Amino acid sequence: MNNDRQLSELERHLLNDYQHGFPLSPTPYADMAEQLGVSEQQVLDSLDRLQREGLVSRVGAVFRPNRVGASTLAAMSVAEEELESVAEIINSYPHVNHNYEREHEFNLWFVATAGSEAELCSVLGEMEERTSHTILALPLLEDFHIDLGFDLQWT
Amino acid sequence: MDMKTLKTQLQSINRHLAELDAVDNALIRAIENGLALCSRPYAQIADQLGIDEPEVLARLAALQQQGVIKRMGVVVRHRELGYRANAMLVWDVPDERVSELGRCLSQYDFITLCYRRPRVLPDWPYNLFCMIHGKSREDVLQRIDWLIAQCHLESLPHRVLFSRRRFKQRGAVYRTTGSNVESNRDERHYAT
Repeated sequence: MNNDRQLSELERHLLNDYQHGFPLSPTPYADMAEQLGVSEQQVLDSLDRLQREGLVSRVGAVFRPNRVGASTLAAMSVAEEELESVAEIINSYPHVNHNYEREHEFNLWFVATAGSEAELCSVLGEMEERTSHTILALPLLEDFHIDLGFDLQWT
Repeated sequence: MDMKTLKTQLQSINRHLAELDAVDNALIRAIENGLALCSRPYAQIADQLGIDEPEVLARLAALQQQGVIKRMGVVVRHRELGYRANAMLVWDVPDERVSELGRCLSQYDFITLCYRRPRVLPDWPYNLFCMIHGKSREDVLQRIDWLIAQCHLESLPHRVLFSRRRFKQRGAVYRTTGSNVESNRDERHYAT
């Protein structure tokens, strides 16, 4: 992992300044390059490197929940020795985008998304069957926060 | 889980669903895994969908305006950037105070998400959720103490669920039918 490598000035700008407001123009990377005073190729190379190193998951859209399809946060309470195998079953679904172990009796937390609520329920039902664990489903009822990214503190 | 209850909940939430046509759906599918790192990424999508570049740009602008797309840009991985203490903070607050407290918590930059979710009694009494990313556990716990004082949460039960292992993290895939299924190009590294 590259957790502690020094980031260049350009990389810091790319990571912090373009989490939102990515240009909707025919040449977005060239526009960013112009704003940052570097070449388009430098922007492309840096983003490619950050993506390959896993610091950037993608350059693209973050969708607002409940506008497209159906999704829910879900939790399971799983014995420690079973946790990896259950997580593996959950991960095998393309519907799952996050899956974390957390410190609680409910120790496995994931987000599942599908094209419709019927499909989502059927996926969750299948997961319960395959893992022999009950799912606690906690769909989002109200969003108080507009996620416009995260201000990274370089200290 | 009682799927019937969940389905009813989801159906009531889905009233906010945006009106999307077939091209919008195809466009969402085309960008779910991110834009290409090349000079004309939108032109590439346009070619793929058989429409022109100005239409791709106009549709993306409209999707942003409708709130379907929350933001467009660089999606970072907190852990890899040194934010390794990731906590889900959950509160059991009176229903009539959820909105007020949700708004209070959300005004702070270090709260990355803040949501109301249903209680599932008796197992799960918490109805207000937020996420905090910090560089250390102490840092996150300190911020929680500060939040409690700022938003007057002293008397309300809460739990802090720090993450341990990360089994999966990727963007949401809404269109699981067709060619996207195998694009599950996921990273499976574990938390440090």
